[in-house]
This record gives sequence, C-alpha cells and structure tokens, in this order.
Amino acid sequence: MSKYYQPEIETMPVEEIKKLQSERLVAQVKHVYENVEFYRNKMDAAGVKPEDIKGVEDLHKLPFIEKDDLRDQYPYGLMGKPLSECVRIQSTSGTTGRRVVAFYTQHDLDLWEDCCARAIVAAGGTNEDVCHVSYGYGLFTGGPGLNGGSHKVGCLTLPMSSGNTDRQIQFMTDLGSTILCCTPSYAAYLGESINERGLRDKIKLKAGIFGAEAWTEEMRHDIEDKLGIKAYDIYGLTEISGPGVSFECEEQTGMHVNEDHFIAEIINPKTGEVLPEGEKGELVFTCITKEAFPLIRYRTRDICILSRKKCSCGRTHIKMTKPLGRSDDMLIVKGVNVFPSQIETVLLNQGYPANYQIIVDRVNNGDTIEIQVEMTNEMFSDNLSIVAEKEKELVAGLKAMLGIYAKVKLVNPKTIARSEGKAVRVIDKRNLYNA
Amino acid sequence: MNVKQISIFTENKPGRIAALCKTLSENNIDLYSISVAEAADFGIIRILVEDAYTAATVLRDADYVCSLTDVIAIEVNDEPGALAKIGSVIGDAGINIEYMYSVTNRKIGKAYMIIRVTDNQECIQILQKAGMKVVSQEEMNLAKK
Repeated sequence: MSKYYQPEIETMPVEEIKKLQSERLVAQVKHVYENVEFYRNKMDAAGVKPEDIKGVEDLHKLPFIEKDDLRDQYPYGLMGKPLSECVRIQSTSGTTGRRVVAFYTQHDLDLWEDCCARAIVAAGGTNEDVCHVSYGYGLFTGGPGLNGGSHKVGCLTLPMSSGNTDRQIQFMTDLGSTILCCTPSYAAYLGESINERGLRDKIKLKAGIFGAEAWTEEMRHDIEDKLGIKAYDIYGLTEISGPGVSFECEEQTGMHVNEDHFIAEIINPKTGEVLPEGEKGELVFTCITKEAFPLIRYRTRDICILSRKKCSCGRTHIKMTKPLGRSDDMLIVKGVNVFPSQIETVLLNQGYPANYQIIVDRVNNGDTIEIQVEMTNEMFSDNLSIVAEKEKELVAGLKAMLGIYAKVKLVNPKTIARSEGKAVRVIDKRNLYNA
Repeated sequence: MNVKQISIFTENKPGRIAALCKTLSENNIDLYSISVAEAADFGIIRILVEDAYTAATVLRDADYVCSLTDVIAIEVNDEPGALAKIGSVIGDAGINIEYMYSVTNRKIGKAYMIIRVTDNQECIQILQKAGMKVVSQEEMNLAKK
C-alpha cells in the first residue's frame, strides 16, 4: 500500500496546489458572498467584491473572521448551505458564546475523513491495521474524525472513546490494536498503566496519532518509550473541521496542512498584516472546500511558523509547527478549551470576588487545574461546613461551565500576586510551548 | 447573655497562626482562647478576647477575613461529669451543637464551655432552667481580670 492516502494531491507540485487553491478560493468567496449575509455585509464594509479576489494572492484583501463573530452568528448565521443539506453537527465544550457549533454536509464529512485518513496513512496505517480510537466520541470532533478516517483507510476500527482504562487495555491486548488515536496525555497515561500491569509485551501498537492538546518533545519521547511506538502529532479545530487540518509525517518536523482544503496564513496578531513564510505569528485558515460552515480567514489565535522547506516524506503541502503559544488567553486543559473569563463568570455568579488565579500544571503527564480564590468577609462563615459546602458548590459550578474538574483553593485576601495592581490570572507551569 | 467570638479564615499553610498571634500581640490584644477547625485546604480559627469589635477591626485592617458570632459561655466546675451534664441538657432539648470548645480560668478554678447553636436565646433559657450558669462577655472579662 502507498505511503500516501491520496498521492496525487499530497505530492502535488506547489505551483499546482496554488492554482487549485486559487480556483477554489474564487468560487468559495463568490458562493459565500451570494449566500451568507454575514460575509456579504463584512465584505461590503471592507469594500471588497468577490471579483476582487482572483487568486490566493488576493486573500489578504478579505476581512478576518474571529471567535466573537462565531458567537454573534450562533447558531445559523454562518451557514453556507441550507440545513436540509446538512447531516452532522459537532461542537466544542464550553458555554454558549464560547462554544463552537459547526455544521457538515455529507461532502464536508467525506473531505474531513479524507484528511484524517491521510494522517493515519502518514503514520503507517493500512487496511491491515487495527485502529484504536480513544478520543471522545460525541460532539467532540476527535472520535468521529479519526473514526471516519480509519474507515476510509480500511483499518479495523475500534471506537473505544475515552475513559475506562482497563477496558482499553483489554481490547488492545485481545484484539491487537496497532494504531492508537487519543490525546497525548491519555496516551502517556495508558503507557504507564500498561507498564504497571506488565503488559508491554502483550500489546502490538506501532504508531499513535495524538492531538487536541499541546505536548512537548519530551512527552513524545516518553510516550514512544512507554508504548514502543512512533508518535505522530495531528492538529485541527472544530471551527475548521476537526482533527486533520494538518498532520505529521515520519519526518516529525512539523505538520503538513491539507492545502487542497485549507489555506494557511501567518499574520501579525496586533496589526493583521500577513507575514512572510518562516516568520512566527498567528495562524489563519480559509476553508476553500467546506460547504456547510465555510470560514474565511478565521483567526485561530494559535501562534505558529509555516515552512515550505522540502520534506523527505515527499509531501509538498506546507508544514506548520506545533502551536508555540496563543495570541489570546485561552488555555487547553485536558484537551478542553478554557478561558479565564469563564472561570470569572462562575466566581462572580456565586458571590466570590474576581481576585483569582488559575494554576495549570502537568502531573504524571496529566493536566491539573487549580483555581485559587481570595476569601471575602461576605463569603465567610464561622461554620466550617458552610464554607466547605460553598466551596463544593464552586467546584460543581466550574465543572458545569468548563466540562472538567478544577480544584478550588480558598486563600487569604491580598495573597494573589499582583503586578502593577493587575492580578496575574494564569500560571501555566507546563511549559508546553518551549519545545 | 452572649459572648462575642471572632472567627478568622486561614489557608492551611505553615506560619499562619504565628502571623495572626503576632498581629494581635502587636495591638495588645490578649487571647482568652483560641481553637482551630480545619478542612482540607483551609481552616477557621476561633478566638475569644476582651473586646471583639476592636480586635476584629485590627484583623480586618491587617487583611484578615473574619466574622463576629454570638456564642454561649457556660461556667462549669473543672471536674469530671460537668460537660456530660451540659451535653445531656442540650441534647434532651433537641438542640444541635454546631461546635464547642472550652476555656479554663485558673484564677477562679472554673472552666467555660463555649457552644455554638442556631438559636442562642432558646438554648440559654433551657440551660438556665436546668440550673446552669451562663456568663456574659462582661462577666467573663471581669473573671479574667
């Protein structure tokens, strides 16, 4: 079997990729201008007409779309096709406004699954493989995306979903899983659990495709050692489709963007100016084949570098680095997007002050998040059980808002560090972006 | 007939009680009693002093979170069985004690049982009816002098 899923596309000469992108971009812009009021208004306000866009070189003329636009247009404002033509919804965690709800036509699903299939084949996957998908299934794109890609490749697909580690390991040993797809932190955890049970010899894994959260090179080596596999990175976001927007090849030096579907740009996050290849800036994506939810120049807030350097794998599509940081304050904890403002909302709703600090750490390759909150006279009681009960309510409120458990620590007033009067909101001890 | 207790929030961290006591001593505040109730990450320090309002002001100025609570002080002989009697009087009346602790007064050879209940008035009446001596803040202050 080929080392590419779609060789003619994946190894297409760069000039041809650009030509294909230009054709698709022109058609997409015309389509959204004519069919999506939001884009028409936005382009009119920017003084750009569809005929001004003649190819990728004109992309910079188009206005950006941001996460706030998604909130304003929730739920149907960005639809490029009528609902009757849509067959699927996927969504991120988070509250309304922060939650991204994306729509897919059957065609969108096909292309998304193709992208995931390319990632699986790049990791050595063939129809002889048993693909063990431990990403969450459901609204989260991880499970459905890799599941679809695995089917396309013809792997025997194990739709495990996340959790229940004992069952995961049992299936892995009994059914001979060869490719593992999950978050890197869960892969590390599985690796530990397998070694603890002395089952390292009983597993047949050869590769893993890990994404949905930031991970370092050290973590990669750790997972590779523990599971005896080669670990591949995969990148994506629900707004753009899901996992498979870009993926790693055996060179492990960045992720190839599926350029026949997505145009990647790097901009200066402050000015919006497009930066030349090789410079660090905010990653922006334009979907040129998406039908139901076509985002044009979507600002991901991920800080990256793009490179067209020739890759030894033979793929010609541009490569992006792992995200090197964020241009906003979003945190990714246990694969879930967390904004400090969400935490603040819960605190204020429950009567706590906005004096808080978020401490994110990684313990045994798993993320932890602790919210330190300054106690106030209003929230205090001489009765320990009342204070403890309120603390429990806060933990429950945070869980409902964030979708993950966050430890709460009540601290003395004025003990949270302030720099120039402004509290330092987030302390991320994981050093994920130093890689 | 109540005694004013100050309850102070504190993180569970070494040196917190020392810092609190230092603040009090620097302001010439004498502690009648101190007790600590602790949860996993925080605790509540409960103190009795002569003038709770002054002490609470001092503490808040020093950025402590604290509250004033009326508690009941019962004078008992410092001898076996004294506490059991209080417990059964209150228990028989169906009153739940949220927390309690004791303060001894060597000068008069007595102890005070400090109890926190939901309805002080009702509890005081029941205690007095049973012949117990409930002391006020003033009486406690005098006995401490």
